[in-house]
Amino acid sequence: MTTADQPIKLARKDFVSDQEVRWCPGCGDYSILAQTQKLMPELNIPRENIVFISGIGCNSRLPYYMNTYGFHSIHGRAPTLATGLKAARPDLSVWVITGDGDGLSIGGNHLLHIMRRNVDVVIVLFNNRIYGLTKGQYSPTSEQGKVTKTSPVGSIDYPLNPCSFALGAGATFVARSLDIDTHHLVTTLERASQHKGTSFVEVMQNCNVYNDGAYKEFADKAVRPDRMIEVEHGNPLIFGKERNRGFRLNGTVPEILDFANGASADDALVHDETLEDPTIATILARMDYPELPVAMGVLRAFERPTYDAMMEDQIQEVIRQEGAGDLEALLNEGDAWVVE
Amino acid sequence: MAEGSGDVREVARVTIRFAGDSGDGSQLAGQQFTNTAAIFGNDVSTVPDYPAEIRAPAGSLAGVSSFQVSFSSHEIYTAGDNPDVLVAMNPAALKTNLPDLPKGSLIIINADEFTEANFRKAAYEGDPREDGMLAGFRVIQVPITSMNARALKESGLPQRQISRSKNLFALGVMFWLYERSLEPTLNWIDSKFAKNPQVAEANKTTLKAGFYFGETAELFAEHYRVPKANPQPGKYRSITGNEATALGFLAASQLLKKPLFYASYPITPASDILAELAKYKSFGVKTMQTEDELAAIGAAIGASFGGALGLTGTSGPGLALKSEAIGLAVMAELPVVIANVQRSGPSTGMPSKTEQADLLQAMFGRNGESPLAVVAPATPAECFDMAIEAFRIATKFMVPTIFLSDGHLGSGSEPWRIPAIKDLPSMEVHHPTDPETFEPYQRDETTLARPWAVPGMPGLEHRIGGLEKSDITGDVRYDAENHERMTHLRAEKVERIADDIPELKVDGEPSGELLVLGWGSTYGAIISAVYQAQADGLSVSAAHLRYLNPFPKNLGTVLSQFERVLIPEMNLGQLLLLIRARYLVDAEGLNRVTGRPMKTADVAAKIRTLVRRKVSVA
Repeated sequence: MTTADQPIKLARKDFVSDQEVRWCPGCGDYSILAQTQKLMPELNIPRENIVFISGIGCNSRLPYYMNTYGFHSIHGRAPTLATGLKAARPDLSVWVITGDGDGLSIGGNHLLHIMRRNVDVVIVLFNNRIYGLTKGQYSPTSEQGKVTKTSPVGSIDYPLNPCSFALGAGATFVARSLDIDTHHLVTTLERASQHKGTSFVEVMQNCNVYNDGAYKEFADKAVRPDRMIEVEHGNPLIFGKERNRGFRLNGTVPEILDFANGASADDALVHDETLEDPTIATILARMDYPELPVAMGVLRAFERPTYDAMMEDQIQEVIRQEGAGDLEALLNEGDAWVVE
Repeated sequence: MAEGSGDVREVARVTIRFAGDSGDGSQLAGQQFTNTAAIFGNDVSTVPDYPAEIRAPAGSLAGVSSFQVSFSSHEIYTAGDNPDVLVAMNPAALKTNLPDLPKGSLIIINADEFTEANFRKAAYEGDPREDGMLAGFRVIQVPITSMNARALKESGLPQRQISRSKNLFALGVMFWLYERSLEPTLNWIDSKFAKNPQVAEANKTTLKAGFYFGETAELFAEHYRVPKANPQPGKYRSITGNEATALGFLAASQLLKKPLFYASYPITPASDILAELAKYKSFGVKTMQTEDELAAIGAAIGASFGGALGLTGTSGPGLALKSEAIGLAVMAELPVVIANVQRSGPSTGMPSKTEQADLLQAMFGRNGESPLAVVAPATPAECFDMAIEAFRIATKFMVPTIFLSDGHLGSGSEPWRIPAIKDLPSMEVHHPTDPETFEPYQRDETTLARPWAVPGMPGLEHRIGGLEKSDITGDVRYDAENHERMTHLRAEKVERIADDIPELKVDGEPSGELLVLGWGSTYGAIISAVYQAQADGLSVSAAHLRYLNPFPKNLGTVLSQFERVLIPEMNLGQLLLLIRARYLVDAEGLNRVTGRPMKTADVAAKIRTLVRRKVSVA
């Protein structure tokens, strides 16, 4: 629903609301907000047709800072509001802002089902592997053994892998990015916004107050090239500061190729994000440091009809076949009788 | 008994209960009998009673399903306290229903099913027909199963299929007994089994066989005629509360010219509403079967934010799950409607049994001061009007509104005078468009409603949510003075709905010794008992609340005109608590929680304990 007669090019500042941003100084959320605001003008969607919906958590304050329509809902339920809104109003661009606690703990069921249904929305999950707003309890993505206020001798919970969860739920677009890699982040969000269907983006985000250095071990700039692997459609999976290592599958077992030992880039797996079968994407999603490099980028981008479009299509099809409904006729349906 | 089977006796009202295994088709037989009586011109009222289990073991007590229909030559308000006639398709049906039968009632027994094996399944020591427990009843034994099988011997249908038709044989017998035409059911069979003429033919054959059996078998001393009632002229159809509810919400959507979006999770006894609304695609109605109750209310709120009529439906346990999100709708001031078809609780309770024990949950079951509107239909047909009212109030006042139905209303049926579209209330919604004057929480002076600004409107971009709002701007704000003002504004807004709803009407004298005050599905029992008492010259009036929050403005005045107030409810006194608290009236309750509809006799007996004085008759 672009207003074709008014092709006014908006700028980033047009998407900045008048509300003061209240995250802790140094929070990774600032970067995600900045990249989101930066992306908005590129979408060529009128501001009034964009809606940001969030749940509860530090991340979920984001809609207040976007000068679009926004709804800061309740804990875990953002996907439900987004589904209702998008189903009722397929013309809108709907964004869900959630976190590891909001989306994967209290709202896990809804996150599962919005992706299963392939509702055409973008979901950005801020994963800082901690509860920040409630001041530092372990989350469903916290590593086992994590010591927090509520796990003084270490968490015994096994962590959940958000992208693997999304792939398991049938999300048609699944990507992972990093708060501090702003270029990668904005590019990934742009790809997500272009995808028809549920786009799930996990953003690995640092909480410098309650979980500082959450991803430091592999995401710090100095070590990142050796400990993370950027996946790109059509390209072989290569990583390393010297681009001297590759990745391939031996059956379903990941293998690291060392080009110094006779292997070459030709031996590496070529990434195909369009596969309908999510198996390889899931293997990539589940790779973890230190055994394997952590994958970032678009793991899957596969299109199929969306929930909101199919709902609308069914209605149009029934109207085509039966004509538009007539209330008077409907009320008078069935075995009626007349009393004189 | 051999003589006089042609004799016809005229009676004013008959209540029949069809009972059998849940696979025996008692619901269908009852429904067909109801339609036929209604088409003939009787007033009718029904109450189905079925087990929560889909198919409990055949012949067991848990598996008994029944359908009660009352039909009459005068206006009736209930499906009758106790049946005059029981059709018992097996011993279990006899055992579970016998306690409801007054002595002298007619019992028609399917003799073929009264076997040793079935006695054991029904936990009878021996043959109940021979141990004297049926003394005082008029028992007629009909070999329904074998007569049906004989009638369909030539049908070519498999034995299993043949057996499924026996309810129609029994129905045929009842049609003869009450002098009813077979036509409506024959027509129904033709259309229902249009694609399977063999089955249609078999069903028609056995229905007629039952009728002729009644005529020729000379088992019945007489048969009965219930003359036409004299209802208001118009076109009628039989309708259940849940059907009327779905149609009412659709009508609201058409009247407001706003698309309806219904999100719901299946739950007894509200699931029918989703099934009905899912049929209305040609009206642009969007329905969504969600993953759970939380998602259903969330999706309804999302749709409402988008400018659609956001609606969700459920029963008690589901309302509990929706509480937090309803609070969000209170804070966001969005016009969501929540239909609650109440059932017996607490917890899972008795899913297929009725109760009215969610009133306080609807009123107060949320964290914080969380006022909303509550409306409650009194009869199945009235579900249509109150569903429209729910959306009228919700959209006019930008307030979540709970529509409180119950299992008895939802699955009970009665004749509904089909309204003309032009007679439906005219309603409209307004969406702001002017960025210059728009503030998200700037209120209408009369209603205190905030503007319903919808995404897509340039210049009105704004953010709402569950955090406390600043008056006028809607920004997040935590200061004491603002929170107190907003809390009062939300409450005041709901109070002002009272200026926009009809005053409470009193049935009978406007003052006197006793007022019987009710709400919801107890209407039929209350009004029947009050009319009886009035006919007996007692100083009793009735009033029935359709609006529970806020109450009609004149409620306090009405209460003050009576020496005593009786509040019959299918709970332990929830409206009673509200009335006593709000009006400081020493009202008393008549509280029944049997899972069954309120009985006229119970209300009548209570009235007699409270009112001694007769009105002086001129």
